[in-house]
Amino acid sequence: MDHKMIAKQFLITGMVWAIIGGLMSVLFRFQLGYPEAEFHWMKDLLGKWVNDKGQITAESYYSLVTIHGTVLVFFVLTAGLSGTFANLLIPLQVGARDMASPMLNMLSYWFFLAASLVMLSSIFVETGPFSGGWTAYPPLSALASAQPGSGVGMDLWLIAMALFVVSSLLGGLNYIATILNMRTKGMSMTRMPLTIWALFFTAILGVLSFPVLLSGFILLIFDRNFGTSFYLSDIFIATNNVGALPNEGGNAVLYQHLFWFLGHPEVYIIILPAMGMVSEVMAVNSRKPIFGYMAMIGSLFAITVLAFLVWAHHMFVTGLNPFLGSIFVLLTLLIAVPSAIKVFNWLTTIWRGSIRFTPGMLFAIGFVSLFISGGLTGIWLGNSALDIHLHDTYFVIAHFHIVMGVAGMFGMFCGIYHWYPKMYGRYMNNTMGYIHFWVTMIGAYLIFWPMHYEGLAGMPRRYYDYSQWESFKQFIELNKFISLVAMIVFAVQLLFLFNFFYSIFKGRRVRSQNPWGATTLEWTTPINPGHGNWVGEIPEVHRWAYDYGKDGQEFIPQTTPVGANETNHH
Amino acid sequence: MSVSQERKRLHPHKFTMWVALASIVMMFAGLTSAYIVKKANSQWIEFELPTVFWYSTLTIILSSVTMHLSIKSFKAREMSRYRALLGLTTLLGIAFVVLQFIGFGKIEEGGMPLFGYDSNPSASFVGIIFGLHGLHVLGGVIALIILFLRAYIGNRKVYSSTGIEIMGTYWHFVDLLWVYLFIFLNWM
Repeated sequence: MDHKMIAKQFLITGMVWAIIGGLMSVLFRFQLGYPEAEFHWMKDLLGKWVNDKGQITAESYYSLVTIHGTVLVFFVLTAGLSGTFANLLIPLQVGARDMASPMLNMLSYWFFLAASLVMLSSIFVETGPFSGGWTAYPPLSALASAQPGSGVGMDLWLIAMALFVVSSLLGGLNYIATILNMRTKGMSMTRMPLTIWALFFTAILGVLSFPVLLSGFILLIFDRNFGTSFYLSDIFIATNNVGALPNEGGNAVLYQHLFWFLGHPEVYIIILPAMGMVSEVMAVNSRKPIFGYMAMIGSLFAITVLAFLVWAHHMFVTGLNPFLGSIFVLLTLLIAVPSAIKVFNWLTTIWRGSIRFTPGMLFAIGFVSLFISGGLTGIWLGNSALDIHLHDTYFVIAHFHIVMGVAGMFGMFCGIYHWYPKMYGRYMNNTMGYIHFWVTMIGAYLIFWPMHYEGLAGMPRRYYDYSQWESFKQFIELNKFISLVAMIVFAVQLLFLFNFFYSIFKGRRVRSQNPWGATTLEWTTPINPGHGNWVGEIPEVHRWAYDYGKDGQEFIPQTTPVGANETNHH
Repeated sequence: MSVSQERKRLHPHKFTMWVALASIVMMFAGLTSAYIVKKANSQWIEFELPTVFWYSTLTIILSSVTMHLSIKSFKAREMSRYRALLGLTTLLGIAFVVLQFIGFGKIEEGGMPLFGYDSNPSASFVGIIFGLHGLHVLGGVIALIILFLRAYIGNRKVYSSTGIEIMGTYWHFVDLLWVYLFIFLNWM
């Protein structure tokens, strides 16, 4: 029930899902890069997922894409990211012995594990897992006969997601209560490290948006199993002899509203913890205070508020009233302001710093690079007029993979490399860390940058085979290239995994209590902190978290009292 | 665990309950917004809620009063009064859930099936929104029963009122939530 153990459980479960989800992407990249090739060895490996010619079948292709999206967004970048680091860092950095309710915390993990097992089992059912996309739009998700995966696969998907929502809610309640109620003496809100601020806003987003998703799922469950018509109307289904449905007056767009009311905050649930950790790691490794601490908090707050007001920019082409659309365009583009403030502050933090290029720091810098590149295309897509052309193309794929997917993973890597000494009392291997960073960084751009051009040329997403269209034949070689790079990048993640597990047992031991020379409280605990974190009393805090390079001292821990002649930061 | 040196404002568990309530509010806000969106569609059939829901409203408000008095007597250490009022609250909670079921029956008798292929979303929404609220009341009833049994069977004397106060917050909340939902579905 110790928060550090629960953090490790979240991390390792998340890593298992990252491997499964990543492997799925490699498999469907096989299909996209080599649609004509025949891989007979895959038949032996994957059985009925592959047809007799040695190609992935269309149904299993759609299943792979769907489950890849679901597990990476929810299981890896939500549970794996904030589950891990909220549990690890909140008590350690605010100075608490454990979470407000260790019991709820443990339940949160067990619900996540249950969700994982149900989702995993859906991959092995006879008709395959759900295959209607990670957003699970009706009618594909509401009609059991719509697709092979819409039957049992979808039932299991819904059960898994409902369990997952419960897990996130229990976790989020606990994070908020801990941050507001369990801070040590002297730790005022404005002395907290930015990691804690970011995790705080993340938890608020989760607690207020996941219940709405649950509402949407409840209506979906009733449409599927109890004959109601919330989303289903009297559409005619030609296949499987369903004929016209008896339902009347359903509205599939209603689901999209409920889904994206969570769905959009969800991307900030992913990116905010990454932002917080990047801020902290950058300040520590530049040996400089974070630039614009209050502006960083203000921009996190602005993003949190705006996150709830932009969901319909995912729905510009659903027949949304163009006037309403223009309001959502305005609110969406407003997010560029706090985002730009954050980027400016990160750059000014490392500007003329004495930078230590640890693997964690490199991933933090990589995060900022990806966030800029991916953020700029967000301005394109946030325009309802441009979106008419770009929606549902590879441009969108490129945008969200760079700004949310890869950037979120970079935040996670940054956190793992930086706090590994606190988790396991050992360091990860640096050489492997550098190889991991450079191949992933270059690979990510090589994979996703070309997709922008494909998208601008109109290449739609979610298609099984593009070779039938004359206009997309120009991309055959490019698609092969992307697939090849994807395989290399995946292979390098295996190197990271090896490094992670090898270092638990054989890594270089941490000898000093504060290996990075950081100011925050987690480095005042013993090298291998036991249950309760601090041996004696919990230390008192006297200053903010970013006194680096002050008055000729390299760093001053938060526990050092303010000297007589010293000017306090606040 | 030396709790004393950690800064305390509201009890962390109480605070957690308040955040959880915000979360439940969002869930019902989602559903009632969906109701408004759906209502604008064609094929929406209007119907009146049966009068039995007025009785359930009365029941749950009454149960809030008994809950309040029960916490007051707990704090005054009048334990037999506390137990009696807690038991009464539990019974009123059960009565509320039963009345809701009777109400559902009356709607179906009136020719508006809640679920199934011949149902209309206007009735299905009542089924889902009231049903989900009922589940929250039922959860509260289970918690009340546990508290009630503890007050009778437990050998240990409990002096901290935190647990019962959290229970009270939740109970008043589901009461208030019901009043909102009832007004919403009656007059929206």
